[in-house]
Amino acid sequence: MHIQRRTGRAAALGALIVLAGCAAPAPVPDYDALLAEMLKASFRDQGIATVDRLKQDASNAECSKALGNGLPEATAKAIEAANLKTVKMPADGRFIGDWKEGEKLAQNGRGMTWTDASTATSANGGNCYNCHQISPGEISYGTIGPSLTRYGRNRGVADPADPASRAIVEYTWTKLYNAKATNACSGMPRFGHAGLLDEAQLKNLMALLLDPKSIVNQ
Amino acid sequence: MKALLIVIALCVSACGALAQGKSTADGIAEYRKMLEDGNPAELFEAKGEGLWKQKRGPRNMSLEQCDLGKGPGQVRGAFVELPRYFADTRKVQDLESRLLTCMETLQGFDAGEIAKTPFGRGEQLTLEALAAWISAESRGQRFNLPQGHAQERMSYELGKRAFFYRAGPHDFACASCHGEAGKRIRLQDLPKLTVNPGDGVGFAAWPAYRVSNGEMWSMQRRLNDCFRQQRFPYPGYASDLTIALGVYMGVNAKGAESIAPALKR
Repeated sequence: MHIQRRTGRAAALGALIVLAGCAAPAPVPDYDALLAEMLKASFRDQGIATVDRLKQDASNAECSKALGNGLPEATAKAIEAANLKTVKMPADGRFIGDWKEGEKLAQNGRGMTWTDASTATSANGGNCYNCHQISPGEISYGTIGPSLTRYGRNRGVADPADPASRAIVEYTWTKLYNAKATNACSGMPRFGHAGLLDEAQLKNLMALLLDPKSIVNQ
Repeated sequence: MKALLIVIALCVSACGALAQGKSTADGIAEYRKMLEDGNPAELFEAKGEGLWKQKRGPRNMSLEQCDLGKGPGQVRGAFVELPRYFADTRKVQDLESRLLTCMETLQGFDAGEIAKTPFGRGEQLTLEALAAWISAESRGQRFNLPQGHAQERMSYELGKRAFFYRAGPHDFACASCHGEAGKRIRLQDLPKLTVNPGDGVGFAAWPAYRVSNGEMWSMQRRLNDCFRQQRFPYPGYASDLTIALGVYMGVNAKGAESIAPALKR
């Protein structure tokens, strides 16, 4: 009797396990681990473009995993705060360089591919026109980013050195230096943070956008 | 011929656009129309058909028994169902990786060596011509990739994640340029590849003859140059990640009419 009861219970338990097995969904594969394996097996070094480029920082990892959707507010804020910490204001406190040099940089889409010889900042362009309308006279511009035509004028910057312009000047520097400081999953490269452009180059782009004499503000 | 084509292309995109206020895209569309009966891709198609039937390689065999997914030798309609799962290799393969398999098993070529050969050289020239002809045999048909096999579904899921994978010095992913509709790089229109972008657009437009350099580019070569501009390291030819991206774009393009081999800037 006793034995029979135990056997019955065991059978019931067995049946439960089988039922649970049928009802439970197939385990979700670890896609991130499988993708990491696939990336490792599929890419190789070529010139300056080495496989260590596939490593992601926390910002890129979170934005990738979102698969095109927005991030939770708290995650976005944390990414922006971490990126803001990387921003270095110009050492000499001067933000505005030569807008003509800035225009050349904005037109230049070169740099950092496996067909480029050097990773030096001097070998890199700003790629700006690839994604933005900038000078009103340039008709060959991309539309991935917002139009920057009359950037300084539209924001009332009559003199970038005037303390009244300080907030927009610093905001613009921050945007160029590390765009993820103000928009966690911005599509824009982090030109200062990633070492793509040096301080002097960034100042020239600042001048292109903010100098009242720049073609952008005519 | 090549120089002439470049001159025509420049005139269409520059002179035409400036003189008549037309966009580059309009100019190219007009140029395509002009060449409708004479797309230079036809030269590659003819070469590809010849290479398919020619006895070649260490075994001196043709590719006529190659199974592109619809049975040995069945070429028509195969392209618009690739990449797909193949039971003999137990892998999801795109057109080019499948051709490598056939060149190795039927003709005795070393697939690994061909995969390592730079584009535009040696047996890569064979592959670009074969891809041109095989895609042309499905011209006008609509993409309908199978997703019945677990590996096909897995490939789609990994392709999707690869599409959104941001990295490198510029933080770029495929999605940086191809995640939204109606965007451009300079004057170049960018198809949104997370959905069906329309007939003969995006996945449904490659392989293509590129007027700017007079070359026939396969989908593998197209992806390779995307990754170059993405500032990524070098993707292996016919590597699993490139195939997974093909599955992702191809499944998304379900119902799109293939115009391959197309004519491009």
